[in-house]
Amino acid sequence: MIEYIITVLLIAAIYALFSLGLNLEWGFTGLINFGHVAFFAIGAYTTVLLNLSGVPLLLSVIAGILLAGVCGGLLGIPTLKLRADYLAIVTIGFAEIIRFILLNEEWLTGGPMGVHGFSRPFQGLIQSDYNFFLLQVVLIVLVVCYLLLEKLIKSPWGRVLKSIREDEDVPTSLGKNVFYYKIQALVLGSMIAGLAGSLLAFYLQYINPRNFMPVETFYAWIAVVLGGSGNNRGTILGAIILWSFFSGTRFAQVYLPFSPTQMGALRILFIGLLLIIVMMFKPEGLLGKKEELTLEK
Amino acid sequence: MESILAVHGVSKSFGGIRALDGCSLMVKKGAVVGIIGPNGAGKTTLFKIISGFEKPDTGRVIFNGEKIENMASFEIARKGLIRTFQIPKALTKLTVEENMLLATQFQYGERIWDVLLRSAEVKRQEEASIKKARALLEFFGLLHLKDEYAGALSGGQKKLLELARALMAEPKMLLLDEPFAGVNPTLAMRILELIKELRNSGMTILAIEHDMPMIMQLCDHIYVLNKGKVIASGTPEEVRANEQVVDAYLGGV
Repeated sequence: MIEYIITVLLIAAIYALFSLGLNLEWGFTGLINFGHVAFFAIGAYTTVLLNLSGVPLLLSVIAGILLAGVCGGLLGIPTLKLRADYLAIVTIGFAEIIRFILLNEEWLTGGPMGVHGFSRPFQGLIQSDYNFFLLQVVLIVLVVCYLLLEKLIKSPWGRVLKSIREDEDVPTSLGKNVFYYKIQALVLGSMIAGLAGSLLAFYLQYINPRNFMPVETFYAWIAVVLGGSGNNRGTILGAIILWSFFSGTRFAQVYLPFSPTQMGALRILFIGLLLIIVMMFKPEGLLGKKEELTLEK
Repeated sequence: MESILAVHGVSKSFGGIRALDGCSLMVKKGAVVGIIGPNGAGKTTLFKIISGFEKPDTGRVIFNGEKIENMASFEIARKGLIRTFQIPKALTKLTVEENMLLATQFQYGERIWDVLLRSAEVKRQEEASIKKARALLEFFGLLHLKDEYAGALSGGQKKLLELARALMAEPKMLLLDEPFAGVNPTLAMRILELIKELRNSGMTILAIEHDMPMIMQLCDHIYVLNKGKVIASGTPEEVRANEQVVDAYLGGV
């Protein structure tokens, strides 16, 4: 049972980190990124492939973070000068391109069979339950990222992002280079997703393209919207609720008269219902501020 | 006195519509200049071109001795030419004070590395900004609202906030887009007094306005636009006496 709780917390914490990246982009800057999972995948694959070719683990993780950030920046350059909806469409396409590369470039990525056999941090030194150790690592990373993001968001830098979220004509008329700030948000958000991807690989020990389906992006969206767009604590809470629910219903499987396939469909149905109810009674999300509601009535 | 802003032969078409047709004007340092004209005369387009929100097809715009017609709008703002909007764009999801602080130019705290590594300097600059913001808010009679979300302000208060925010950027020149539009007469008088005080302190102002009596009271010099061209210019008295202007406003020509 305790191992099970550790696993649930581990997944929730990794997705919380992943969702924090999206919250920076959408919650604070108003960028609609529907391909966040691409950077999750880039972080995970870069880390494990470099490690398998002999690069030390820490360097591999850093390379994964940097490559995710570079890809975010390259994607932003042609799209962020356009209207918000273009970024949404381009990011969906980008995420699918990445997934198809992972699926088809077998010489590099192992194709549908994926990659395994890479090392995990301090693997040899941990005598007890490795997941418990990994949970501590992930929690430390999550807390550090949370504190850094909070510091940035509460700074004048964060103020510029929020002004862009509401009406980019205002910061523009006051001399702020809006495009440059959007790129920064997208790069930073993608780097956080890349880091979360490395951690996911360490947890799974075996990664393949099915871990990076488009729906992963929308799990992050659910966490952000549920917890409250533009609220980092809310995002973490949203991720914990979402993954506790997913795992809890898996646990309840034995007591319910549904097949696993039916349960899978029911889970999504209930998440949808939960979102609708939250949006009806608390449209700003669980911890969001009503006055900062991003979507107007 | 030397000119701070000069517009030379600016033209702009949208599809088949010629919004501006060889428009020229000049603003002297310390002057308050008005642009008037009937709807569709090209006032807003001219304003967008001066502030960089649109690029002209032909013509030049010189601000403080520099060509600015191809600069990005944020760069023009950094040069000290700050605009306001006809429908005030207060950032409703930020507080009144945050709206003001956003306008401070060249903040260390707007760079990630400085936020993380030079927090002492960021904090010092922020404290100086707060002091200045509160003094300006007091001058505009908004200080008691500083912690309110700007969305809670009335239309008139938003208009004042936008003017205060523009001043927070320490502009060399202000571009005011219909400063009296949509405000009640009492507030309009107040805005008039505030702008007069700004003029007395040496600020250069270019304003678009519909409200003839207001602009006549306020401006040293007026340009009249019709169908994308300057059809008259001069002191308020000269413009008032000009037959072409009367025709344009009364629907003749």
